[in-house]
Amino acid sequence: MATTYPTTPEAAAEEPVNYLNVEHGWKSWLFTTDHKRIAMLYVFSITAMFMIGGTFAMLMRLHLTRPEGIFAPETYNRFFTMHGVIMVFFFLVPSIPATLGNFFLPIMIGAKDLAFPRVNLLSWYLYIFGAIFAIYVVAAGGVDTGWTFYAPYSTTYSNSYVLSAAVGVFVAGFSSITTGLNFIVTVHKMRAPGMTWMRLPLFVWANYATGLIQILGTPVVAIALVLVAVERVMHVGIFDPNVGGDPILFQHIFWFYSHPAVYIMILPGMGVISEVIACFARKRPFGYEFIAASSMGIAILSFVVWGHHMFITGQSVYTGIVFSFLSFFVAVPSAIKVFNWTATMYRGSVTFESPMLYAFGFIGLFTIGGLTGLFLSTMATDVPLHGTYFVVAHFHFVMVGGMLVAFLSGIHFWWPKMTGRMYSEAWARFAALMIFAGFNLTFLPQFVLGYLGMPRRYAAYPPEFQVLNVLSTAGASILGISLVIPLIYLTYAWKYGPKAGNNPWGAKGLEWEIQSPPTTFNFDDTPTVTEEAYNYGEEVEEQRVA
Amino acid sequence: MWASYTFLADLPFAAPIASKEAGDIDLLWWFLCAVSLVMTVLIFIGVIGFAFRYRAKPGVPPVQLHGHTALEVTWSVIPFLVMLVMFWWGTDLFFAAQSPPKDAMEIFVVGKQWMWKVQYPDGTREINALHVPVGQDVKLTLASEDVIHSFGIPVFRVRHDVVPGHYDSLWFRATKPGHYRIYCTEYCGDRHSQMVGWVDVLGENEYSRWASGGGSGGTLAEQGQQLFTQNGCSTCHLLNEQGRCPILKNLYNKPVELNDGRTVIADDAYLRESILQPNAKIVNGFEANVMPNFQGQLSEENVIQLIAYIKSLSPATTPSQVGVLPTKGPQVPAPGKKQSAATKATAVTPAPQQAAPQQ
Repeated sequence: MATTYPTTPEAAAEEPVNYLNVEHGWKSWLFTTDHKRIAMLYVFSITAMFMIGGTFAMLMRLHLTRPEGIFAPETYNRFFTMHGVIMVFFFLVPSIPATLGNFFLPIMIGAKDLAFPRVNLLSWYLYIFGAIFAIYVVAAGGVDTGWTFYAPYSTTYSNSYVLSAAVGVFVAGFSSITTGLNFIVTVHKMRAPGMTWMRLPLFVWANYATGLIQILGTPVVAIALVLVAVERVMHVGIFDPNVGGDPILFQHIFWFYSHPAVYIMILPGMGVISEVIACFARKRPFGYEFIAASSMGIAILSFVVWGHHMFITGQSVYTGIVFSFLSFFVAVPSAIKVFNWTATMYRGSVTFESPMLYAFGFIGLFTIGGLTGLFLSTMATDVPLHGTYFVVAHFHFVMVGGMLVAFLSGIHFWWPKMTGRMYSEAWARFAALMIFAGFNLTFLPQFVLGYLGMPRRYAAYPPEFQVLNVLSTAGASILGISLVIPLIYLTYAWKYGPKAGNNPWGAKGLEWEIQSPPTTFNFDDTPTVTEEAYNYGEEVEEQRVA
Repeated sequence: MWASYTFLADLPFAAPIASKEAGDIDLLWWFLCAVSLVMTVLIFIGVIGFAFRYRAKPGVPPVQLHGHTALEVTWSVIPFLVMLVMFWWGTDLFFAAQSPPKDAMEIFVVGKQWMWKVQYPDGTREINALHVPVGQDVKLTLASEDVIHSFGIPVFRVRHDVVPGHYDSLWFRATKPGHYRIYCTEYCGDRHSQMVGWVDVLGENEYSRWASGGGSGGTLAEQGQQLFTQNGCSTCHLLNEQGRCPILKNLYNKPVELNDGRTVIADDAYLRESILQPNAKIVNGFEANVMPNFQGQLSEENVIQLIAYIKSLSPATTPSQVGVLPTKGPQVPAPGKKQSAATKATAVTPAPQQAAPQQ
């Protein structure tokens, strides 16, 4: 446990030239094409959006401490919609790819930058442009359709700022597409000599698979939103049956993107966990090929399960059967990953630094999130659980317990590389444990609430559900405060932390062989790769498990 | 008699159960819980166990292992087989829940922002309240006036989206008298959380007493007949001779030949469409554009009344008559009855509060 970091206490010493200090002034940031600077721009932007989205979450939990609520129902409806829209489209989707992926994907494959540096900057501007619309919606009075924008409510009945929100999401979607496109081209064309596909770090595999979903899926949600706008403005009958449309059509188009999008929101997290566990178990990831292949398997299968959101909409029973079956199928690659991460620690040399603590949390929470998904793929049990807090708890276990925790794990893992400074490990461990505890207290009661029948998106609820709701709010308070702690010590460390050195964890991989923080072009000379990223042992024993 | 898995409701933390299907679904639910628990425990033991057993110790280097294909296959196939059990079991139950028994009593539920309007075949109407007899199959036909709603009764473990533009349905057989909650579970606007109600499951005697009142404006079919005259339908759809439009007598649930050669069954969905959008399907031998569109002219409740009237023109094919219990007993006010009488008085529904979108 006693890890000694090769840090130099005299942090004030002269910094070598790196991507952070090579240029100064706002222009050097806003017009940069350095993937690392753009990644940092994204870190600030998504953190800001996360805080807005998180504020809405806290307001919702505050409202739900009383069965009759505190705010007007119209206000509460705007809270949960803004929370969902901001968290999904402006935090979760860009979270890991646009920050850690942007920063490390080129470095991990030995490239100087992404394939299209200016497109990369464009993607950040698109994100900001979309975010401005989202913030305008917040300031103007909000949108109340739920993040799913279901028609005909969104097209005909809602009195809120649906169009502006749709424009924001539409534009931010192109930011996601351009990032995905950049990643795919970069992985195909920019790998250093010797960096074969089977030597790619698993984080790269995960982001590559994510990129595929981003470019194939996101245009479809853009179409859905355009159609909502067309119907809302011009009253063309697309979704509203009163003018000849079909409301179910919207759900098909929307979920065709938004189910794969769930995997945009988890695959990169899985990539981070693969890296972190390998490092802190000092092991090559067990079943590397299977983990890599399962990322691709998830990306492909994710496109054929959308109908499991629609079992009770009246879609054909036979359609439902096919989607139910395929939904079980997609659970297999996720299970493979969990088993392989666990097996990676077998005969390893495990240490418990904060990134690893988050990774443990990820495995536990993602396991629960995944298993509760089976309840919803099973058609008969989906009927009573659909539209209840069970669903809310399920996807928060995957999205927050999975993606957010993985994001924190990755940020803690790579912060020394990104900033060159080390944060307080004691605070980091404390925060990791508090986040885990707060998270479980928030969302475990929601499984029970859903099973007992409490519908989601309710501004008021029967009094018998109050105890569980208050417990959930208590958990959310702990979670909310715990999430502020890393913000403080990470920022503090950037300015005052001890120097981290190039490889504080003794990790393998190209990113740990270069200077911290890296120089603008990462490598002085293009590296030649002669081994895979996880060469933690002197030799690989040809030994069989079991 | 309905002995099944309702004892599951006695488990700690278990949700109450009031239908046979609920017991069946809960057995599957507990199976899923058990499998999930076993998997969670195994993985937690694996993670925590390995982490501590193989924690870093000086002088003990990690052993690099490549992987193990047989192991990978094993831990892919076994969970998948278990999941196939879930899939098969869940699909089987779901399938059974799709087709209501032929002799089910039929009740009509119209969802609109933000209330459930319930119509019984005898013309009784209620808002946010539903009365059903214990031990009898009940089929709810669901329609929406505006946006998508979802009608759910947790104690029966039933739920179905109510999508505007067509009919949805669900059915159940209550096994336990009581007073249970109804929720709308598809977000439908400002007062979504107030689109709730109660279902009263009454014993047989209690139910017949409750049902003996009948509708103040006649049965559903009689109400439909009135509309049929008021809207001028009767001028073209003559009762016994061929007018400008097809005869509706003995039409319900019979095949109809269309002018494009297809044959369709004149069920609720067909009748609804033919009332609201008459030109969608033209009966063989008739002209299009004779009957006006009633889309937006008639409420879903009116359409249900008209269909009930058309059904009544086809004697012996009306399963929904089960709803009117034969015993029209003396007018003894039952406990549940008072409340319903009060709702009946207000059954003239408030105007829909659909504000036009701004922006």
